[in-house]
Amino acid sequence: MQFSRKHLLGLEGFSKEEILYILDTAKSFREVLSRPIPKVPTLRGKTIVNLFFEASTRTRISFELAEKRLSADSVNFAVSTSSVKKGETLRDTARNIEAMKIDMVVMRHSAAGAPHFLSQCVDAHIINAGDGQHEHPTQGLLDLMTLQEKFGDLSGLNVVVVGDIAHSRVARSNIYGLQALGAKVGLCGPATFIPYQAEHWGVEIFNKIDEAIEWANVLNVLRIQLERQQGGMFSTTREYFNLFGITRQRIESAGKDITILHPGPINRGVEIESELADSDYALILQQVTNGVAIRMAVLYLFSGLSSDNSSESDA
Amino acid sequence: MMNPAKKAARVLFKNATVVEPESGKQRQSDVVVEEGRLKGIEQVATDGFDGEVVDVAGMILCPGLIDMHVHLREPGREDEETVLTGCQAAMAGGFVSVCPMPNTDPATDKAEIVTYLKKQAQDLLVDVFPIAAVTVGRSGEELTEMGDLVKAGAVAFSDDGDPVASADRMRRALEYASMFDVAIINHCEDKSLSKYGVMNESAVSTRLGLPGIPGISEDVMVARDIQVARFTGGRLHIAHISTANSVALVREAKQQGVRVTCEVMPHHFVLTDESVKTYDSNFKMNPPLRTATDVEAMLAGLQDGTIDVIATDHAPHAIEEKQVEFNAAPFGIVGLETALGLVLKHLIEPGVLSLPQALAKMSNAPADILNVQRGRLKIGSEASITIFDPEAEWRVDKKKFMSKSKNTPFDGWQLRGRVKALYNKGRLWIA
Repeated sequence: MQFSRKHLLGLEGFSKEEILYILDTAKSFREVLSRPIPKVPTLRGKTIVNLFFEASTRTRISFELAEKRLSADSVNFAVSTSSVKKGETLRDTARNIEAMKIDMVVMRHSAAGAPHFLSQCVDAHIINAGDGQHEHPTQGLLDLMTLQEKFGDLSGLNVVVVGDIAHSRVARSNIYGLQALGAKVGLCGPATFIPYQAEHWGVEIFNKIDEAIEWANVLNVLRIQLERQQGGMFSTTREYFNLFGITRQRIESAGKDITILHPGPINRGVEIESELADSDYALILQQVTNGVAIRMAVLYLFSGLSSDNSSESDA
Repeated sequence: MMNPAKKAARVLFKNATVVEPESGKQRQSDVVVEEGRLKGIEQVATDGFDGEVVDVAGMILCPGLIDMHVHLREPGREDEETVLTGCQAAMAGGFVSVCPMPNTDPATDKAEIVTYLKKQAQDLLVDVFPIAAVTVGRSGEELTEMGDLVKAGAVAFSDDGDPVASADRMRRALEYASMFDVAIINHCEDKSLSKYGVMNESAVSTRLGLPGIPGISEDVMVARDIQVARFTGGRLHIAHISTANSVALVREAKQQGVRVTCEVMPHHFVLTDESVKTYDSNFKMNPPLRTATDVEAMLAGLQDGTIDVIATDHAPHAIEEKQVEFNAAPFGIVGLETALGLVLKHLIEPGVLSLPQALAKMSNAPADILNVQRGRLKIGSEASITIFDPEAEWRVDKKKFMSKSKNTPFDGWQLRGRVKALYNKGRLWIA
């Protein structure tokens, strides 16, 4: 398959074939990660800038590791050390960095659409590492990869995303990716966390967690951001846990196999019972490992190398 | 570059298609201007006419168009627009009168600023009829010296850009303004509902992950203001109406005799929030682009007269401020140079409105709300005339705008109707 997309801005609009191709590529990179020397020369000579306008530890480290495993040269640009504080526009910042001859930009930004905007300002390949409340495509892909490892074909699988859907880029990338692969998506959370007209996505909407669990094969449990409480989006974490917290008792009373994902970091005792997060139901650490493989695959496929017909088969 | 307007006391417009929007009358005739006043609408021989003769065969001649909602950015942001460039943009778009909103720096909250704005326009063809602030500094607190401001030439009051947030302040403003028979124009937006929203809250904002401005943030304040206007008997004008619910509220209020009028902008009857999907900040304005249902309601409101006026909310912004991520961009688009073309292409061509109906919403209707002696072809009055070719097709090229700013969502659009000549304040301009 020729992979012809230049940027990874979001999973919306991706075909099943494209997603499966990324997942297949990630699978071979996952094998690399288990070698004694987990490193390949695939992106040797390529320069990648990690442009993080919003604090991130996990995603940034995962991308950095992926870059190192692929032998790319990478530099980090974090907001606190940047000229953004001096009033420089995103466009100027990016064009300046690009003038230093770089190939790819991995970008995290608090504004939805910021990577789309950047892709119109610069020639470099853009990888969206999370844009506001819009998409987090590599998180979506690593969730798909983790589910694929467990279930194989995802068509017909019922996946419920639980929590603050309205403010979640993970939710959106999950919806688009899962639907492309034929899974059915449910959304569950307080009515204030279900975005306006969410039914237009063609999803099931649940306000009762037990009904969601009864319907689901998989629960993707989102982190509850405590600052939403001040915004009047929900009452207390205690009430949230009572109404929507994922507990062993709730899972077991459903009387069936349930798989739990969580994009991290976990608020133990808020959205999920602490003990359950460490149980066999949860694939949380597998998600993290797959994250590096997915990011390696994405960096490789969107670097432009794979469409050169060159046989980068050492992956 | 633009042809200069020149003083011309005596002008004969030959072979015009004269449209009187108020009566709907349309006929072939010549039109004569003498001493800057409309002398007659009748056949006049060219031979022996002592003055300028302009052949306007095939052209529509109508009352000079009025845009009652513009931002000229002077004083304060002369890099974005000035009275001069804004008036040039108005001329290019067929408008002979504009009403600049008071959200300048400083705000138009004192008579001297009204006087200053009028002075900036005194040698221009275009009338500048300033709208002054309801409250000092547009802060929502103390009322401005409305008597003084009206005397200086303010034609209405608004804190546009921001609503009059307090219902009590709205009440007092309507009561106080009624002494001068001027309207209070409110930018209806309950900011506790719109918060940090940047586009219409809808399935599209949900998909794009952009914070939404719900239609109810407009509706609840329209509903509130209608009740306050009913109670006070004051004259209320709703700026830039954009939702189906708000149109329904105004329709009902009018039936009940409340003194309320409203205006719509071309972008709100032409575009929907689907346009935002590329995150292009030229589709970002406040109120935001709404849904197809809302657009239909705008068209219905225009047809049944619920919507009195078509205005532009011409909002020039510097390119460096618009060329940023969608969230960070300021609200607003320029509109003076595309409004007539959009009206002809999207209201008249598909038969939503007749030509006189549409022109009425840009001439006599705003003139009546503002109490200005414009908007009609009245024999003996100061002549104020717009002449345009209703058939000319043209393509929008923002690089050719007279406005200093180019923030339009309509670049490249095919529109209809080109301005050929204007007459106003004793001056003639041939495009």
